[in-house]
Amino acid sequence: MRVLILAKEAERSEAATPPTPEAMAEHQKFNAELVKAGVVVGSGRLASSAQGKRVQFDGKKRRVIDGPFAESKELVAGYWLWQVRSMDEALEWLKRAPYDGGTFEVREVSMHEGV
Amino acid sequence: MARLVGDIGTAEELAQDALVAALEQWPASGVPERPGPWLMATARHRATDLIRRRKTLERKYDELGHDAGRAGGSHDLDAAIEEDVGDDLLGLIFMACHPVLSKDARVALTLRVLGGLTTEEIARGFLAPVPSIAQRIVRAKRTLTEARVRFEVPSGSDRAARLASVLEVIYLIFNEGYSATAGEDWVRPALCEEALRLGRILAALAPDESEIHGLVALMELHASRLQARVGPSGEPVLLLEQDRSRWDRLLVGRGLAALERAQRLAGAMGPYALQASIAACHARAATAQETDWPRIVALYDALAELAPSPVIELNRAVAVGMAFGPAAGLDVVDALVDEPSLKAYHLLPAVRGDLLRKLGRFLEAGAEFKRAALLTENTRERELLQRRAAQCAAERMAG
Repeated sequence: MRVLILAKEAERSEAATPPTPEAMAEHQKFNAELVKAGVVVGSGRLASSAQGKRVQFDGKKRRVIDGPFAESKELVAGYWLWQVRSMDEALEWLKRAPYDGGTFEVREVSMHEGV
Repeated sequence: MARLVGDIGTAEELAQDALVAALEQWPASGVPERPGPWLMATARHRATDLIRRRKTLERKYDELGHDAGRAGGSHDLDAAIEEDVGDDLLGLIFMACHPVLSKDARVALTLRVLGGLTTEEIARGFLAPVPSIAQRIVRAKRTLTEARVRFEVPSGSDRAARLASVLEVIYLIFNEGYSATAGEDWVRPALCEEALRLGRILAALAPDESEIHGLVALMELHASRLQARVGPSGEPVLLLEQDRSRWDRLLVGRGLAALERAQRLAGAMGPYALQASIAACHARAATAQETDWPRIVALYDALAELAPSPVIELNRAVAVGMAFGPAAGLDVVDALVDEPSLKAYHLLPAVRGDLLRKLGRFLEAGAEFKRAALLTENTRERELLQRRAAQCAAERMAG
């Protein structure tokens, strides 16, 4: 199954402070492990929400809202797409990720008919 | 590892020990539920184990007044272990796919040891009884022991042949998932996912091997169509009739990127990269009508020269039929009808039927589809072929 991991660690991404070289190295190491295990199929880091837009739908109306967005705990700072055999496997991997804050949401990508 | 312990013989001994331990442990504890993290965790344990042993060894070397012969200081240890773990995994893949084993045994052992599938899952995947799969695995391990197969990543002249065997096993697993040769389901995506994952692991561990990337590209591109290949009630949907908006763009992108890597690494493309290039022609065509058939024919020509086989020739016939008309395609197929290895191959009459139908020869076409329906062991495919035979009969009446 494929899972999408939403990294909700907005404080860090919004602050736009570059990570320390040590933290970078740790992340790279973890990512390399994931790749070697054939887990990662896609990933990306998002720019701060100040550069983001939202489009609200209301009947026929479309309203464009400029960032930054307030609900900082819910803001997604990055994502991963993983190929795993089960939710448990995804959690096993995720728990080993080198983070010390934030919430990471794991959602199965539905692969059924009509998607 | 040789660098860690400073002695090839000892290194090999250590690896062999660890593998024997693993092979003994698996049947007893069962392959764990979560093979991904488990593989890494095992690798970790093994690495820690190795450091401990290395220290013991070092002491012994010191006692003997030898230098352990490490290349760098202890700061390099982490890097060395990382590399070492990768090598162990590679060694395991090469061992499970050793040519001394039959194809079936290689496939079963690879799925069990590297894919972490249970015997039941493998049996389900290949529609074989559980005891015979269990037997096959036990026998495979015995054969490896008896043949004194060494736990190693082969190098030199041996490497190409051994690697070919590994790639063949992975592709067999993929194909069994992609077009199940028998049974109720047309595709079994779990086998495809497993093969893809093994391929991706292999590509990460041996990034300089062009054909690994070629195979990964081929599998990613084919897998991108998995969802579009099955209709609402489980029936097969053929390539040119697929809803291309349902192709998985992520996998297409990964496939094209892997193909690029394969091409960059090799002077001339190998058989997998060539097949991936053919798949890429389809992936790049926004509609079936836009397919670059002449290029596909050229790629099949190259493939037929590099790895001639009746099945490739049959595929070439399809491409020739699309590029230069059904009569030209039929000429290629007709040269194959006496080919002994295709005698029971359902796609020969299926392709022939298709070309005859395009030429308006509905009676002959219908007979070919009926013959194809009798030859396939896959229920879904049989139904499709029977429908096509019925279509030919109806077209004949209408014409």
